[in-house]
Amino acid sequence: MSYFKPINKHPNLEKNKLGLTRRDYEGGVSTLCAGCGHDSISACIIEACFRLNIEAYKVAKLSGIGCSSKAPAYFLNASHGFNSVHGRMPSIATGANCANEDLLYLGVSGDGDSASIGIGQFIHAIRRQVNMVYFVENNGTYGLTKGQFSATNDLESKNKYGEDNLFPPIDLTSMAIQMGASYVARSFSGDRDQLVPLIMGAIQHKGFALLDIISPCVTFNNHDSSTKSYDYIRNHNEAMGKTDFVPLGEEIKTNYDDGSSVEVKLHDGSRLSLEKTDHNFDPTDAGKSLELIREKNKEGKIITGLLYVDNKCKPLTEIMDLPDKPLNTLEQDELCPGSEILEEINKGLS
Amino acid sequence: MENPVKVDPINSLNDFVIKFANVNGTGSASANQMFAKSIFRMGIPISPKNIFPSNIQGLPTWFEVRVNNKGYLGSRGGVDIAVAMNPQTYSQDVEEILEGGYLLYDSTWKRNFNRDDITIIEIPLTQLCVDSFTNAKQRALFKNIAYVGALSPLLEIEYEVLEKLISEQFVNKPALIEPNIKALNIGRDYVLKNLPYPLGINVKREDKLKDKILVSGNDACGLGAVYGGATFCSWYPITPSTSVAEGFEKYASKYRVDPQTGKNNYISVQAEDELAAVGMAIGANWNGARGFTATSGPGISLMSEFLGLAYFAEVPLVIFNIQRGGPSTGMPTRTQQSDILTCAYASHGDTKHVLLFPEDPQECFEFSAEAFNLAERLQTPVFVISDLDIGMNDWVTDKFDWDDEQKYDRGKVLKAEDLDKMDNFGRYLDVDDDGICYRTYPGTHPEKGAFFTRGTSHDEYARYTENGDINEQTLTRLVKKFRTASELVPDPIINLSEKQGSSGVIFYGSTSAAMYEAKDILNENNIEVDLMRIRSFPFNLDVWEFIENHDLIYVIEQNRDSQMRTLIMAEGGISAEKLRSLVWFNGDPIQAKFIAKKIYERESQQALIS
Repeated sequence: MSYFKPINKHPNLEKNKLGLTRRDYEGGVSTLCAGCGHDSISACIIEACFRLNIEAYKVAKLSGIGCSSKAPAYFLNASHGFNSVHGRMPSIATGANCANEDLLYLGVSGDGDSASIGIGQFIHAIRRQVNMVYFVENNGTYGLTKGQFSATNDLESKNKYGEDNLFPPIDLTSMAIQMGASYVARSFSGDRDQLVPLIMGAIQHKGFALLDIISPCVTFNNHDSSTKSYDYIRNHNEAMGKTDFVPLGEEIKTNYDDGSSVEVKLHDGSRLSLEKTDHNFDPTDAGKSLELIREKNKEGKIITGLLYVDNKCKPLTEIMDLPDKPLNTLEQDELCPGSEILEEINKGLS
Repeated sequence: MENPVKVDPINSLNDFVIKFANVNGTGSASANQMFAKSIFRMGIPISPKNIFPSNIQGLPTWFEVRVNNKGYLGSRGGVDIAVAMNPQTYSQDVEEILEGGYLLYDSTWKRNFNRDDITIIEIPLTQLCVDSFTNAKQRALFKNIAYVGALSPLLEIEYEVLEKLISEQFVNKPALIEPNIKALNIGRDYVLKNLPYPLGINVKREDKLKDKILVSGNDACGLGAVYGGATFCSWYPITPSTSVAEGFEKYASKYRVDPQTGKNNYISVQAEDELAAVGMAIGANWNGARGFTATSGPGISLMSEFLGLAYFAEVPLVIFNIQRGGPSTGMPTRTQQSDILTCAYASHGDTKHVLLFPEDPQECFEFSAEAFNLAERLQTPVFVISDLDIGMNDWVTDKFDWDDEQKYDRGKVLKAEDLDKMDNFGRYLDVDDDGICYRTYPGTHPEKGAFFTRGTSHDEYARYTENGDINEQTLTRLVKKFRTASELVPDPIINLSEKQGSSGVIFYGSTSAAMYEAKDILNENNIEVDLMRIRSFPFNLDVWEFIENHDLIYVIEQNRDSQMRTLIMAEGGISAEKLRSLVWFNGDPIQAKFIAKKIYERESQQALIS
């Protein structure tokens, strides 16, 4: 069931430039387990949209099947949502995006959706550079069907029943970089300070943005022998330097030591300012990013932060030379060549 | 012509079958098409058929043209003239020639064919081309044009017509006109100098094709999608449907590019598979663009999960299914009508879909455009079900027609101003009592009209529910919507004989051409039948009335299991005894002779001697 929250607005709630409060970006009451990482991510999405003054009705929320795919019902009530079939959200997003590029597309998916049944669609949406934010709420397990291993579960990580996982994990971030994703970040549902600016950057980015967010499953994968438990992630998370999202026209307020930060300009002119913990790291160099992810994987660390960004990529609609006016607004007189031209075509066929 | 013919050679004017036997990938297709078009240009009805392997190069391929001044466009069977260019298949090709028929072959390498009842025409095509061209590729390629040139005096094809076709074909590559004309003359001159001509079989200009065009069904589907306002096409390559997407791209790239900006007012995405192809089209439709996908049987199987979603979540969608021989990979380059049930009930759970059955390219064009109106009006998937025979062969068909006054039916879509006036928007509220609810596009209104599209059970406000009663109501409303659909889809075409109490015949799609001819054969043999050509599913009252009014009905289909008959029985509770199944499923187009023979035998209790 979906539950609707009672609307009680506190008069002194903070308002954004649209005069909206965070409450205005909320959704229905979550039916996920208490403490589920996915709910924290929903809260971060709400926060990012609030801060970016997003008009919720200009957002389309898309998902597949699984716990993560239920999440779009729990944020942005004023947006249209599409809960499609298992692993097939990327194709829905591709078609929808071509029909109307003016909306913001938030795709919410899980590791079952994206690393298993829908890995093909996931990869091809990346390859086509569909302009969207693609969330993988990654918990290493199939929660809705009671705790089977997913393809992102680490080899050494047992399931709740103590059984061994026999197959190595798929690293979605390095795969996405190799496939051409133009904004790739990993984060942790428990690290709101890191996640919110990463979401804001992804929203402002034009192209395919992947956010691989480790989001512990409190019911099936939060035990001592799991590598996707809250404790394990907290102990093994190697957060890259802080990422700040700087809206268009604002000054960078954060101060890092000279040479220790790097700035990435996004399509709309807003910027991401990244604190550098490793002086050799350059988030616009795919090779370096892949190397870093591989190294940290080897060390048993989970590297989180903005891993890769290509701010010069061309999204699908540009590659395909679509007009500025969305296809779904074209009228019959713009679409139908009419009877005179048909007569010409007839002549050519006789 | 060496062999003394022991049987009188066939004499026939504007009525014969010629079959070209070639090797796949040797450039014969354009020469053969030129031959067919030349007869068409002389005002004589033709029906060309490609009989091709699932192969790129090397395997045998055939091109058969039936020339028929009565306008019978179905496959006839038997060959009057064989143009045998493939030694691999000589024995088969020669065997097929009817008594008194003709064989033209490349006599650069002479053969003895052991047929003394046919006329053998020897032309050393390879030698002639080797002598006339230096380039190896041209030598091979122009053999094809040379035999067309040879057929010109043999069959009395107007030479100027062939010349004109060549100049039209190479209008953008004028350098190729001269060598093609040269090749044409090589064949022609050889006949004029060395052989008796014309043959007993020949053509003579008629005036039967004034308002006709020559076009394939897939090209017509693609054009229909452009006229029907489709802006989004997603597809995955599969024979025999690929040319639907290609047809769409061909016409859209010509007529859908913004003259000011040069931008494309359409998009065609080659998807990674059929699942993605249909998913993208659903996404585009959900967002208010007219989108479609084109596929064939295996693709329908792959798309089935998504088809259930579009049905249940009520998203418009147009799917072209160009059927081929099944089951499984089956016969990818042969024709059948064997996806009727799989389309009618595609996907798990209780689902039913709207199907349209065009009979020829003209109707492909019409139904293709109309499918988008129906899909948006009904908010459901609509299948245009054609087949390889209609889709990949050129047909003589009525000119395409378009009424500029006719407006697209975009269905029940609420705009921001509509929502402003409403207090209670529910995506699945049946306010008009026709089973069709109102939808909104994403991004319409700041506060109203948003809803959650889902494949899970939902209430009238699109909220997830596990309440069984509510789900039952939804499923029941979808049945109501399907009844509404039956009033909107194309009517059957009924053709009653003058004799009371005649048996009925039901047929659909590409069976038409053979059926019309079969009816004439039956009439000549004093058998009257009433015809009903089904053009759509769900069936409307006219269909049920026709069935009600007949004691015995033949259901003619190109599949093994008599799928349309099953559909009629299931949907109307019609008894099996009443519907007599008459099936043809060898992958070749159905023939009139077969239909006439079967019906005659049943009706007169004796054999039909043709």
